[in-house]
Amino acid sequence: MDFIIGHYNYWIAIFLMMAGFYTVISRGNLVKKIIGLNIFQVSVFLLYISMSTVKGGAPPIITKGIEIYSNPLPHVLILTAIVVGVATTALGLALVVRIKEAYGTIEEDEIHRQDHSL
Amino acid sequence: MIDIVIDITLLTFLAITAVAIVRITNLFAIIMLFGIFSFLSATMFVVMDAVDVAFTEAAVGAGISTVLMLATIALTKDQNEKQSVGRISWLPLAVVTLTGTALVYGTLDIPAFGDPEAPAQKHVAPYYIERSVPETGVPNIVTAVLASYRGFDTLGEVFVIFTAGIAVLLLIGDKRRKSTPGRNEGGENDA
Repeated sequence: MDFIIGHYNYWIAIFLMMAGFYTVISRGNLVKKIIGLNIFQVSVFLLYISMSTVKGGAPPIITKGIEIYSNPLPHVLILTAIVVGVATTALGLALVVRIKEAYGTIEEDEIHRQDHSL
Repeated sequence: MIDIVIDITLLTFLAITAVAIVRITNLFAIIMLFGIFSFLSATMFVVMDAVDVAFTEAAVGAGISTVLMLATIALTKDQNEKQSVGRISWLPLAVVTLTGTALVYGTLDIPAFGDPEAPAQKHVAPYYIERSVPETGVPNIVTAVLASYRGFDTLGEVFVIFTAGIAVLLLIGDKRRKSTPGRNEGGENDA
């Protein structure tokens, strides 16, 4: 039981990661693919923050009378990753808008049909 | 005990929301669910003591991302995802099941959640916790590392966002002005 509680965070992170991965590879709609990528991203954030947590710890802001803090370094990494993630999302969505202008659709199957690829 | 119950409940909600996002085909509903998903993960970060990450995720992940996605479906006028025909439906499922199993096998050796003796808590983290206030005078350690110890990395991050903003402008800014003059442009507010 302790083992399950101790690893539940990691397993849910992996489940979310696979849900995002599944969306990216199985769905043809480009907006939905980008949402799948975002779910994948959030799962990685959860994995990192889970590893930074210390039982009985406080948020890493130095306060008198508190001895145990959570590990601040994964927080810094993930803070950067969130902001960069939004930048890549914005770029991906801009590409989707351009693809819509050029092909008139955002469905992968129809784009392939117009290009006679696949 | 109570925080473990909250932890497990929120994680289960996250999993349910993710499954709903995969299954629903209306894009507007998907984007709203994604906003909920982001807020749930922000709550999860508060529970796990990562307050700075939580408010960044709430503002940027749930706020700006959702607005950008709504702007995209407004511009592309696509409301529903079409069910793709002729795709092999079992192959993606098999791939993710296999990958997921391998990853779960990898977690079996990871120290348990919240373990204070885990290698991640014993390496450089104590240095920053002890020295950040005497060396930088900033009580918030995350801010101290982000802006002081790793200031150049943050500068690099600014370049990344700047590049993405320019790329978005190049992709849709000029083009849209020519084709539909005077329309409200949704994709540019991230620059």
